[in-house]
Amino acid sequence: MASETLAIAPTGLSTRSLAERLHEWAVTVDHKRLGILYIGYALVFLVIGGVEATIMRVQLAVPNNHFVSPQVFNRMFTMHGTTMIFFVAMPILFGFSNYTVPLMIGARDMAFPRLNAWGFWMSALGGIILYFSFIGGFGLYGAGSAPDVGWFAYAPLTSPAFSVGHSTDYWIVGLLVSGFGSIATALNVMTTILCMRCPGMKLGRMPLFVWMNTVMAGLVLVAIGPLTAAQLMLLIDRYLGGHFFDTQAGGSAVIWMHFFWIFGHPEVYILVLPAFAIVSEVIPVFSRKPIFGYSIMVAATVSIGFISLGVWAHHMFTVGMTSYANAFFVASTAAIAVPTGIKIFNWVGTMWGGKIIYKTPMLFCVAFLCQFLIAGLTGIMLATAPFDWQLGNSYFVVAHFHYVILGGIVMAVFAGSYYWYPKVLGKMMNETLGKWHFWLFVIGFHLTFDFMHVPGLLGMPRRVYTYEASRGWEIWNLIVSIGVIFQIIGILLWVADVIWSYYKGEIAGNDPWDAWTLEWHTTSPPPEYNYAEIPVIRSRRPLWDLKHPEDPDWKYE
Amino acid sequence: MRRSDDHREPPQVYGSNQIELAWTVIPVLIVVMLFLATARVIAQVQDADRSPDSIDVTAIGHQFWWEFRYPGLGVVTANELHIPVSDSVSPTPTFLKLLSADTDHSFWVPRLAGKTDLIPNRVNQMWIDPHHTGLYLGQCAQYCGTQHALMLLRVYVDSRSDFDAWVRSQSRSAVAVALTNADAAKGREIFEATSCINCHTVRGTVADGRFGPDLTHLMSREEIAAGAATNTPANLKLWIEDPDAIKPGSLMPAMRLTEQDLNSLTAYMETLR
Amino acid sequence: MAAATITVPQSDMPLSANLRGKVGMWCLIIAESAIFSIFVVAYLYYAGKSLSGPTPAQVLDVPYFTSICLFSSSLTILLAEKALHHGNVKRFGVFWFLTIALGVIFLIGTGREWYRLIYQDGLTISTNLFGTTFYSLVGLHAFHVTVGLIGLTVIWLFTLFGAVKQEHSERINVFAMYWHFVDAIWVVVLSVVYFITR
Ligand code: HEA
Ligand code: HEA
Ligand code: HEC
Ligand code: CUA
Ligand SMILES: [Cu+2]
Repeated sequence: MASETLAIAPTGLSTRSLAERLHEWAVTVDHKRLGILYIGYALVFLVIGGVEATIMRVQLAVPNNHFVSPQVFNRMFTMHGTTMIFFVAMPILFGFSNYTVPLMIGARDMAFPRLNAWGFWMSALGGIILYFSFIGGFGLYGAGSAPDVGWFAYAPLTSPAFSVGHSTDYWIVGLLVSGFGSIATALNVMTTILCMRCPGMKLGRMPLFVWMNTVMAGLVLVAIGPLTAAQLMLLIDRYLGGHFFDTQAGGSAVIWMHFFWIFGHPEVYILVLPAFAIVSEVIPVFSRKPIFGYSIMVAATVSIGFISLGVWAHHMFTVGMTSYANAFFVASTAAIAVPTGIKIFNWVGTMWGGKIIYKTPMLFCVAFLCQFLIAGLTGIMLATAPFDWQLGNSYFVVAHFHYVILGGIVMAVFAGSYYWYPKVLGKMMNETLGKWHFWLFVIGFHLTFDFMHVPGLLGMPRRVYTYEASRGWEIWNLIVSIGVIFQIIGILLWVADVIWSYYKGEIAGNDPWDAWTLEWHTTSPPPEYNYAEIPVIRSRRPLWDLKHPEDPDWKYE
Repeated sequence: MRRSDDHREPPQVYGSNQIELAWTVIPVLIVVMLFLATARVIAQVQDADRSPDSIDVTAIGHQFWWEFRYPGLGVVTANELHIPVSDSVSPTPTFLKLLSADTDHSFWVPRLAGKTDLIPNRVNQMWIDPHHTGLYLGQCAQYCGTQHALMLLRVYVDSRSDFDAWVRSQSRSAVAVALTNADAAKGREIFEATSCINCHTVRGTVADGRFGPDLTHLMSREEIAAGAATNTPANLKLWIEDPDAIKPGSLMPAMRLTEQDLNSLTAYMETLR
Repeated sequence: MAAATITVPQSDMPLSANLRGKVGMWCLIIAESAIFSIFVVAYLYYAGKSLSGPTPAQVLDVPYFTSICLFSSSLTILLAEKALHHGNVKRFGVFWFLTIALGVIFLIGTGREWYRLIYQDGLTISTNLFGTTFYSLVGLHAFHVTVGLIGLTVIWLFTLFGAVKQEHSERINVFAMYWHFVDAIWVVVLSVVYFITR
């Protein structure tokens, strides 16, 4: 049980003026504050990206709709995809690792605190540059422009001939800049984990959260580079008259696809690994058991990291590769099912025989398990090339990846937010609101993304701003759009819970969940230096050892 | 490995190598089987032999319409592909050579075959082998710009005799068409005096542009502008007056013609059978 | 963590925090290598695919001299590192300066080559695929050399003012890793551009 209760001084309730406090946040190099900044910044973009999604769903709710013009619709999905991937999912997950990793490994800060701040501000700048294209794309006269090339921006649509104005340039530069930020953050996370662990924390004793973030950081280091390189080439094409992707001068459109997906596929694992990380912490604590098969989990994570570097062309089954290339990418893609399956089975194994406590974080983890399983299976369907020849670039794909991203990643992020909120702000989040949030969001999610598979199966391609009534797609699209309403209410309840609990929440204490990893050993919120005394550990669950001196873990490991 | 605690906590289990092995090996077996089955289908589709009776069609993707050329038959048409039905006794599959004039597109008629992209500076292949006559709907499946959504595609699978008749009528050039009324004759003059001819072909006349669809047998098509509207005189007139009204973002400019000229032009278009 | 003192066996100790500069630099090198490898792949992919001239065989000469200069700068920087490690700041300054000089010679060589290519052979970045990929790849490397030179010069100025001491040896080593990396990349670029595809 949590035995120590220390007095808590909630942050922000000091007497300093607003300007002083803002200044403190702006110049902070504290990993915890930067973590919060990352998350806050991602939430702002979540609302923006969500509004863009809502505009698309209104347009598609009924056939032959004229809510927005095709030009606007195309900008909406480009901005929505780009925003959600680069400025929502990545920063929010970086936020979690920034906040939690140093605490979990018993460190006082990241390895390079100033670089950490630089990384955050670069990411932030990237988002601002991207959104500046709404104004800058065509100058003030054409205000309201934005990139409309899709988030993977296939050549030659991005060439000056097909993409006039500057909106595509802002897209390129925004992603370049935020890419530098991501590389800096990954470098920092990696170095922190390798060099800043407290005494006794061998690699084999790191919490799984830390392990998965290690692999995530490694993937960022090798995967963002190709995107950066491809974007530089595109800039050279657009500004210096280069011909990398200029099909008129012998350049190749397909090589852009390769370069993009060499980045793009590892990217989706960059996103999902931190989600796995969260789930791997929450499930054991709420099942009251250690994680099942720790070392296998580590091995599975590392192999996912490696395999994911060799599967990119499963996004390109329709571009006319040779049958051997297609077969190779079928094999490598399907191979990922094995380590991923191992993970799912081990999480279930952890719950098996446990005393499961269905608090909100755990509810989201259970939803995560079911939904990620389905999403993974649709992924495997797409990985079989002949199936992809049919359903690639259809709404089936859109449904697949929203299922992974919302059903998997977003659910894990919600779980993590309820789980670590008490640590970050020292207050418990409201359970009743939390349960409402959970049910509304899960219902909305299923209404939207279960039914989205159907128009895909019926032949509806993605990225269409309108469709005819005669094709049998309309009822499904309507249901899909209605689901969004539930999602919005769910998210609003979450925001309400976050704000309400900050003022009115129950005091949390150091260790409200009776958890086992180091971050629960310090105060909530943790002091700036995290630990007055650097902890020394002897097992994977140091707090278990502390709470059960008669039966510590290190006797068994 | 097991231990039970002071009644508050369940037994602490750390794992089991046998179980891990089981749930590693079983998925591996599934994956191997899945791969073998898939590889077989890939080989069957991609490395299929060409039968000597097959039809060749070159499909060229344009922003935002389809050009179809039948190299052996001297036919050029747009947006509506006619192919003969193929039966198991005398199979006549259609082999498509896929090219693009500008950006990426993708040829997708769900009920006939999977999709294959049309990519500039690259030649792709696919084949279809329909066994039933009828109309098959499809559309462009790779984002290609503003009007990607209205780049629809119709495939008519005709009986052999219908197909041959269609080929015969399509391979005629337009001069053969008598101009029955004065309005249409005036329309033709306007057409040939306007920049229409820079972008459109009417075989047998001075119009030999290739930026837009071949109009020689425009009236043989059920839809105009790649399925954006049905081919009625009213729609034709509206299209020529203001393409954006039907298909905002299409690459055909509005020509700013007078009402009278528009009527004549439409009348001319209607003679292009 | 428990109140009683625990002795942690050496095998349980993580990497020392002092190593973080090196680890960080390794991470940077990995990320940079990823960028370079994409440019190299593009160069190889487009080799011989230009629709018009000039071709590499017509215009490229192997830059033996400047390459040797760049490679030897790896040696001089190594000697500088050694000197500082032993506390010989003066010797450090000399070899550090030599490194800079060799780097500058390399850059001048590249500049002259580009001048000749542009004004005599008419090869610019927009001439053909060869021009595009050549200037991008070699230019990306030259950019890294430039960044390295700026860093080297700053450190050299610090040395002149006596701010670099033996205790900075670790950090100097970390910076030198970057310079070695830039050299190593040139091995790849040189062989791809001037030997394999010419
Ligand atoms: C975080 C995000 C994420 C994750 C984790 C995944 C996971 C997977 N994805 Fe997905 N995917 C995307 C995000 C993601 N994807 C996105 C964003 C796109 C579209 C991009 C765009 O075009 O805009 C996409 C598109 C996409 C395509 C291309 C479709 C197309 O455009 O034509 C394919 C094809 O192979 C694919 C496959 C897979 C596979 C096989 C997995 C696997 O990792 C899944 C593995 C999991 C399981 C299989 C379930 C658990 C396993 C078991 C219970 C074991 C037993 C099972 C078996 C033996 C089968 N994905
Ligand atoms: C992290 C990734 C992520 C997330 C979370 C989402 C979330 C959502 N997306 Fe997704 N989407 C992508 C990544 C993501 N998407 C990508 C990569 C593409 C491909 C783009 C491309 O093709 O280029 C895509 C494309 C895409 C399409 C296909 C467009 C097309 O091909 O034409 C659609 C269509 O329905 C869609 C819908 C939605 C919806 C309804 C949500 C909802 O879940 C969103 C719910 C959230 C909110 C609504 C915000 C919170 C709400 C409030 C705070 C209340 C205030 C708001 C209002 C009053 C509106 N998205
Ligand atoms: C700048 C080039 C251009 C000019 C000039 C032009 N068109 Fe077009 N036209 C196009 C394009 C491109 C399309 C295909 C539009 C689409 O489907 O997106 C088209 C489509 C059409 C169609 C529909 C064809 C079909 O099969 O669907 C008709 C009819 C037509 N044009 C008539 C005309 C007439 C009459 C004029 C002159 C008054 C004209 N066009 C001038 C480019 C042009
Ligand atoms: Cu053509 Cu989409
Ligand atoms: Cu993928």
